[in-house]
Amino acid sequence: MIRLDNATKVYKRGARPALDSVSVEIERGDFVFLVGSSGSGKSTFLKLILREERPTGGDVYVAGRHLNKLSAWRVPHLRREIGAVFQDFRLLPNKTVYQNVAFALQVIGKSRHHIQSTVPEMLDLVGLSGKERRMPHELSGGEQQRVAIARAFVNHPPILLCDEPTGNLDPGTSVGIMRLLDRINRTGTTVLMATHDDEIVDQMRKRVIELRGGQLVRDQDRGVYGLERV
Amino acid sequence: MRLRFIFGEVFNGLRRNSTMALSVVLVTFVSLTFVGAAALIQMQINQLKDDWYGKVEISIFLCPENSRNENCAEGAVTTAQEDAIKSVLEDGALSGLVQKVYYESRQEAYDKFVANDKEGIWSSLTPDQMQPSFRVKLSDPEQYQVVADATEGLPGVDVVRDQREIFSQLFRFLNAATIVAAALAAVMLVAAMLLITTTIRLSALSRRRETEIMRMVGSSRSLIQMPFMLEGAVAATAGAVLAAGGLFFGVRYLVDDWLKGSVTWVQYIGAHDVWSVAPWLLVIAVGLAAIASLVTLGRYTRA
Repeated sequence: MIRLDNATKVYKRGARPALDSVSVEIERGDFVFLVGSSGSGKSTFLKLILREERPTGGDVYVAGRHLNKLSAWRVPHLRREIGAVFQDFRLLPNKTVYQNVAFALQVIGKSRHHIQSTVPEMLDLVGLSGKERRMPHELSGGEQQRVAIARAFVNHPPILLCDEPTGNLDPGTSVGIMRLLDRINRTGTTVLMATHDDEIVDQMRKRVIELRGGQLVRDQDRGVYGLERV
Repeated sequence: MRLRFIFGEVFNGLRRNSTMALSVVLVTFVSLTFVGAAALIQMQINQLKDDWYGKVEISIFLCPENSRNENCAEGAVTTAQEDAIKSVLEDGALSGLVQKVYYESRQEAYDKFVANDKEGIWSSLTPDQMQPSFRVKLSDPEQYQVVADATEGLPGVDVVRDQREIFSQLFRFLNAATIVAAALAAVMLVAAMLLITTTIRLSALSRRRETEIMRMVGSSRSLIQMPFMLEGAVAATAGAVLAAGGLFFGVRYLVDDWLKGSVTWVQYIGAHDVWSVAPWLLVIAVGLAAIASLVTLGRYTRA
């Protein structure tokens, strides 16, 4: 599903590479934590997969596409196969919960009929039935993140990228979000989650990929957050 | 769905950014009014040229008695000289340029003069004091100088006059007016373009959240950019429509209702001529918006 072959990213010529010859393969249906301190290369890793950035060396394959050779006009098709969730939710403040989720389908040209049947289903899945007409500022942080997950997953992409999805949430709320991501993973969706949240990683016991200074230092099944605790 | 989405976004964008949109409308309105005015002045000039040059003749005045002109030192023009001049006009190299030659004798000149002199101020004149002349109608009025050069200085020719000289001052004035209008139009068009650029930029910045999400969920670049382009185009087109309307009423009230009534000997352009200019104004407006979009959007809504 996702494969990096010696992927290297150097932002500025001569600078230390943000990602240094990383090779990793993530299979369909995997649930993977991407851990590492700030500046370890997590964001660059995600950006390469979303093709926000191109690798300066090595190859990146996502959903059967060789991203090095993907032309700019085909990038939107790649992004339709990847849902993305962020720490800061990124909801549209002037749209309701329903409209926020529907927006993702509208802008890729789905029919009104399709939207009307899919969005309520998705809101039900994330546990927000009955809150369709709320505005984002009327929701708790956890609820806002559920809206963001609903928006990312409403088109049923085979890959879900989550960049610190629990970073702004208290531990109790985070558990709820993790249950939801786990549930989505069980539908066969590949979930890749970058995080700092050691409790969650330790609890879930999923595959852990650790980056340090741009290099892959650990790739462990059923891993925990810090090596020292193994 | 997409069309609904696009037009919804355009409407929202214009509403949210209404002061900028209004300023784009006004600036394009003023600039395209100048463009249109310049075009209409040129149309008026062409109409006058068609109208007047067709009627214009070259007058070759022949030597009278006692002329102070050097070329007439030998006294009044002789019949032999007249024949020679006539054959130069009708048979020589000039024959291709000359449509018709008409000889006006002293008596005919006198009769015309007296007919115009209703108060009898010049009643002491006699036909002998008048100048005979050839009136030459050209097949191409623009070739005046060639004919003048060829005939001026021939024995018996006093002076060659072209009636176009009367109009050339007016045309020079109108051409200067065209240049002024075109220069103002150019400055205003630059202002309009910068303003459209700024409007699109502001609009793109104020909707960065939306475009960011659109990018993430994989909407095409054209769908992301279209609303901004259309926003500029809609505002510019509104300006063009106002300009066309302004020109229409301007021509109607200034030319049709006023000039045509007070200065009657001129053929004027009419309000209907504005309709041949209007499509070009629309083309310019849309082109302006398109260029501004291309310059701006690449930077503010990347793929």
